[in-house]
Amino acid sequence: MGVMKRVTMVFRAKANKALDRLEDPRETLDYSYQTQLELLQKVRRGVADVATSRKRVELQINQLQQQLDKFNRQAKDALGAGREDLAREALTRKAGVQTQLDDLQTQYESLQAEEEKLSQASQRLQAKVDAFRTRKETIKATYTAAEAQTRINEAFSGISEEMGDVGLAIQRAEDKTAQMRARAGALDELMASGALDDMVGGPHDDIQAELDRMGASHGVDRELEAMKAELSGGTTRQIESGPATSSDGASDQTATPLPPSAVPAGDAPQAGDQE
Amino acid sequence: MIVRILGEGQLDVPESVHAELNELDAALESAVDASDEASFRSALTALLARVRQSGSPTDPDDLRPSELIVPQEDATMDEVRKLLTDDGLIPG
Repeated sequence: MGVMKRVTMVFRAKANKALDRLEDPRETLDYSYQTQLELLQKVRRGVADVATSRKRVELQINQLQQQLDKFNRQAKDALGAGREDLAREALTRKAGVQTQLDDLQTQYESLQAEEEKLSQASQRLQAKVDAFRTRKETIKATYTAAEAQTRINEAFSGISEEMGDVGLAIQRAEDKTAQMRARAGALDELMASGALDDMVGGPHDDIQAELDRMGASHGVDRELEAMKAELSGGTTRQIESGPATSSDGASDQTATPLPPSAVPAGDAPQAGDQE
Repeated sequence: MIVRILGEGQLDVPESVHAELNELDAALESAVDASDEASFRSALTALLARVRQSGSPTDPDDLRPSELIVPQEDATMDEVRKLLTDDGLIPG
């Protein structure tokens, strides 16, 4: 008989079963309209659920993207400091994150497509439900039992088919978002547990620690040089201009061998330090 | 003749295409019966392509039921099998 015809018959059988359940065709119409409205609610919730999952994946994509940028920066810094081994390590970790990111991108696109499909299904159902409501009121107003049954059956199997289709779409979307949630949850847990930190460079990022240490030692060297220069400069100045004034700052303290008591009150640079 | 593609909506397809659709559908059915994944995929793709190519979308507020219903593009063989049984996939 063919797949198409058989699927159609299954849909039709569902509609007929629902029709047979009620005695008065007018009751059927009102009851069906209620379930249509419920389904509309459900499909809208479905769209919102998929959107929520999509946003969560989006957030994770942003996080991983930041990690990628960081590894790039680290690799450059390391190369700049002549540490090819560190740069290589940073790039290796970057590749690991890239794999995760590619996977998330695929999921993101699939969720986007699902959201779009479901949103269109919701609009189609809305149009049919509106048409059904109009039809229902007309049938009820001009109701004669003899002709009503046929007209009701027509309208009913049409909307019932749409509802079956939308119901299927909701189920598919629910399955997909459930899978996605599980994966997103697993990734969140991995990030929270610190297991991914080691890989993507969290607070205990050893590459960064090494770069920081190198950066810090450069900084200390520079500071030392500056202090040395200042010290020798300060001494020269002192010789040239006699006793230092308090406005000269730190270099005066190191350069002036006087104890605090020897400095005139009010001019004492230590007064501020003690508070 | 109205044909529904699951998840996509209904299309109005000329009667003249009916015989051809039946042939494509027969290929789909034997693929499902034989559990032949490759044939199933190509048969479903061909059937959907012909429906889309020959049909035009119906008005969204059209309440007429479909004469034929085609599974969606990404349907698995298992899903199609369940669609064919009364207490299968369709909710309600």
